[in-house]
Order: sequence, then structure tokens, then C-alpha cells
Amino acid sequence: MSENLIEARNLVKRYNGTAVVKGISFSVARGEIFGLLGPNGAGKTTTILMLLGLSDITEGQARVCGYDPVREPLSVKRRVGYLPDQVGFYDNLSAADNLRYTARLIGLAPHERESKIKSSLDHVGLAAVAEHRVSTFSRGMQQRLGLAEILMKEAQIAILDEPTSGLDPLATVELLEIIRNLKRHNVSVLLSSHLLDRVQSVCDRVALFSAGNIVLMGSVPDLRRQVLGGSFPVELEAQGDGIRDRLAALPGVRSVEAIGPDHFRILADRDVRAEAAAAVVTAGGRLYQITDLPSLEMIYSQYFQNQARTGERHAA
Amino acid sequence: MQREGSPWQGLGVVTLKELSDHLTSWRMLVLEWLVGITAVVSVYVAIQQIREGTAEDPYLLLRLFTRGTPLPFVALLSFLVPLVSIGLGFDLVNSEHNQRTLSRVLSQPIYRDALLFGKFLAGLATISISLVALWLLLIGLGLVMLGIPPGAEEVGRAFVFLLVTIAYAGVWLALALLLSIVFRSAATAALVALGLWLFLTILWPLMMPLIANFFTPSGDVLALLDTQLILGRVSPSALFNEVVAVILDPSLRSTQQSMFAQMGLMLLERGAVPGAPIPLLQSVLVVWGQIVGLVAGTILLFVAGYVVFQRQEVRA
Repeated sequence: MSENLIEARNLVKRYNGTAVVKGISFSVARGEIFGLLGPNGAGKTTTILMLLGLSDITEGQARVCGYDPVREPLSVKRRVGYLPDQVGFYDNLSAADNLRYTARLIGLAPHERESKIKSSLDHVGLAAVAEHRVSTFSRGMQQRLGLAEILMKEAQIAILDEPTSGLDPLATVELLEIIRNLKRHNVSVLLSSHLLDRVQSVCDRVALFSAGNIVLMGSVPDLRRQVLGGSFPVELEAQGDGIRDRLAALPGVRSVEAIGPDHFRILADRDVRAEAAAAVVTAGGRLYQITDLPSLEMIYSQYFQNQARTGERHAA
Repeated sequence: MQREGSPWQGLGVVTLKELSDHLTSWRMLVLEWLVGITAVVSVYVAIQQIREGTAEDPYLLLRLFTRGTPLPFVALLSFLVPLVSIGLGFDLVNSEHNQRTLSRVLSQPIYRDALLFGKFLAGLATISISLVALWLLLIGLGLVMLGIPPGAEEVGRAFVFLLVTIAYAGVWLALALLLSIVFRSAATAALVALGLWLFLTILWPLMMPLIANFFTPSGDVLALLDTQLILGRVSPSALFNEVVAVILDPSLRSTQQSMFAQMGLMLLERGAVPGAPIPLLQSVLVVWGQIVGLVAGTILLFVAGYVVFQRQEVRA
């Protein structure tokens, strides 16, 4: 069984008697990317702050790297790297100076500081601007500097709050690649976002938040099964002869529907994207696009539609 | 509930960073030049007046601080030290919120205690460095221009004056720090701090007799004066002025001696020679209450800020 680095049990947070986090439980294993997803104000950031010991836990228990964030916040903070929503750095300092300040706060020995700062900036592609003032950095560069801080810290867990928010598509792709790289280094990543589609590709498992509750939790395929009843839709754009028949002949495919010229929607029992791509190539066709549908956003909204229908039935 | 570790972990790192920020900031440079130039001009005028009017005076060095009509050095400091303190402190904490650095810094292994105390210490250290430099400059200027070396008693009194000025700066810095915690907008914090400074320094002494009249029976002049005294000491400027008047003038035996003299009264102890100087220790004892008041005011305002800061949410 994999070791859990984060354990949250029935976490509750109340502000002036109003519960904003309502008894949530989840765990994150070592090397796992876990997404806390949901709309703004759903309780994601509050949950993160409780795990970091930056906000009191009203009820429930949490363990981060085996430590209690309430009683042992310093031990937790030593092992966790945090990239807040819209991360900020000291504008009057250079990127390297900002990291030097953090390195001193962490207590890094002077002889390791410079090498760690250099390698972490290198890792996120900011080595060339290490001595530039942060005030000249774009939002994407600041996000990457935040990730460099986590790398320098050699954190066991990276907690990233809305890391892609406000980034352009290219910066988002770069950032998601760095996040995947963290996983390769066996770092657990707890990721929060309201942009479900942007981050679903990197998450091993997700917890979908709504009004302080976790309403769905699991891997994206699991959630599809739970909410959409076991089918895996795939959309494919390809040119070639007899592609439709070849796709229909794939094991696990239930139906293939042409939704436009050279545009097909496949309904299967499992994820058949790899086989579908291979089938197009084998047929000598040209593959333009292949996407697994529906998105998390669709699953999320479908879940609430289902809930509403169930509610109506009960009312009737 | 016992938290792990020391609340002062990281205090040195925060203090040094803040000190470096202050000492290299344009704001500090402007404030230092403002105080420096006006102080040198004031002392130059004082030296001219001493040369013209004093035949023999055992406390020539102290006269440097108290003479110089229309604006003696002491009056200048009483006016400008709050301005410098407010200038340094009004955005100490809210700038961390506005730059979005607070949650990132507090996610490092330090407590809020260290961050807040480090900021206060750095502010006070900055002002202390400036005041010590100014103090040495003036004493040097006095030595060169007057050509008479000061006695130990004079240097001692000048040193106590320096310490009291730092304590006076501490009150205003703690007030500015408190306001920077309470108000997220730096402009609002600065405006409120300057408003309070103007109120306590200019308006309060004007309003005091009126308010004192409400609390004392009519005709009782001594009770009226007593009430005015008590009310007046609400203002740190009044406390500072009382302390420096006694410390820098060895002939004063009471903080209210000049007022009693104006009323045709004289304070006489058994065997005392009117106008004879008293030792430094005796002078300190005369104004001990006021000195304690300044230090207590600093502690009280800092503690108020500390409590508010500890209860604040970290998120922007």
C-alpha cells in the first residue's frame, strides 16, 4: 500500500459560526497528483491553509507528512512547498534574492544555498533572469519562480493553489509540465483549481468541491463511470478510407457516430484513444485530433443535473 | 495547546531583510535628508546664538539641543521623529498583503510572531541608526564650532536624550505598525497615522484646557492644572517634551517648573539652591514616569497589533 503524505479526516472550518468547509476527508499518496477542483468560494483554499497550519481547524484532524499542522506547523512547513493563488514576490529584489531570503528562512546551510538556487532556477527556465528584479516578471514567470522555491526547498509535498489561473495557454502548458516533473521526482502534488479542464490532464485523482463539501472523488475515468454510467466517449478527427469501420471494430467500442466530415464520436467501455489512433495510422489515414470526452467540467455539471433530478423525484 | 519550536525562529532573517530594505529605500533616504538638513541648520543657528550670547556656561553641549530660535533641535525632533516613524511603519504589514507575499512567507518554517517582531525591530533599528548618526554629527559639529570638549555629565545627558528619542520613535512606529495591520490599504493607514499625529501634537494641547474644565470644579486652579497635566500626557509628544526638558536642563527639578515659575511660584527642597544643577540620575528620576510611559505605550501598541495580526486570516 502506498504511503499517504496527506490525511484529512472530517475537516471543518467555520467563520463566525458559518461553515465554509463541512467535514471533508481525503488522502494524498506519495508521488500522487491530487486535484482539489471546484468553483471559487467552494472551500479549496481554506482547506489548503488548514493543512499548512496557516488557518485553525475548527473540527476534524489532519496529518501532513505524519505531522499535525496545528501543533507541529514548523515540521509541516519544512516539508511542504506552497504556491499561493497569485503568488507574490518582493518586487524590489531579484529572483535569486527572493530565493535567498526563503533559503535563509528555511535554514539552508550557506554552502548549499547558491547551488540549490541555481539548479532550481535552471529547472524552471529562469536561470537567465536570475538577477533581474521580480517587478519585470510576467505572471507566468512569477508562477515558475514559485515552483523554483518549492524545488529549492526539496519539499515532499507541493501545494499549488490555482497555479494556472491568469496564465496564457503556453505558460499553462509549461507550468503543467513542471508539475508532471515534480511527480517524477516523487513529490506529492495537491493542486487546487477552478479551471477543471486545464488541470484534469495532470491529476491522478481529483476531489470535486461544492459549497464546502467534496461531492465526487476519484480518478477522472472513475468519475466518468460514476456519473455517466460506464461509457468512455472519445472524439476523433481523422481523414482516410474506412476509418469509421475500423474504429467500430475495435474491442470495447460500442458505437461510432459521424458528427461531421471526418469527425467521429466513439462510445466505448474503456479508454480506447491509443487503439483508435493506431487504427487510423494503420489504415493509412491522417489523424488531426483525438480527445477524451466529456471533460471534468461536463462530469461536474452532469453530477449536479443528476442530483437535481433525484431531488425532483423525491419531491414528487 | 503547546506549539512546537520557538516563536522567534527566523527573527534574525526577517529583521536583516527588513533592515536592508529600509536602509536602501528611497523613502528612507528622503526622510534622512529631511531630518539631517533641518537638524544641521537648527544646530548651526544654535551655535551662532551660543557664541553671541553665552559668556560662561558649563553645559554648552546641551544648549546645542535646546537653543536655536525659532526651532531648536529638540522641538525639531519632537516634530519630525513621528513623521519618520510613520513613514517607515505605515505599510509594514499591509504591503505584504498587497504584494501577496504574506502567505508565501508564512508557509516557510516561521511563526507570525517572528515576522511581526522582525519588522518592528528592523524599523526601530533603522531609526536608531539614523538618530545615532545624527547625534554623533551634531556633537562633532558642536566640538568643531564651539571648540570646547563636553564633560561626562553632558555626554551622559545627551546619551539619555538619544535613548529617550528612540523610545519616542518606538511609540509612533508601533502605532504605524498597528494601523498597517488593521488597514489593508497603505494609503488609509498612512492617512490615519498622520491624522492621529496631528491630533495628538497640535489639536490635543489646544483642546486640553477645554476638556479639563469639564472634569474639575470651578475655581480650583491646582486641580485644573493637574487634570490638564494628566490629559496632556496622553500625547507621546507631551511626554517626550517633558523628558527632554528635564534631561537637557540640569537646573530643572520638575517637569512643571517653568509653568510654576510663570505663576510666580518656586519649587524649593530643603537646603536646595535655586537654579543649581542636579545630577543626571536625579533628572532621570524626575521624568522616570514619562520614560516608562513612552516604553509602555510602545509595548501596548505593539501588543495590540500582535493580537490583531494573530487573529487575521492569511489569505488576501
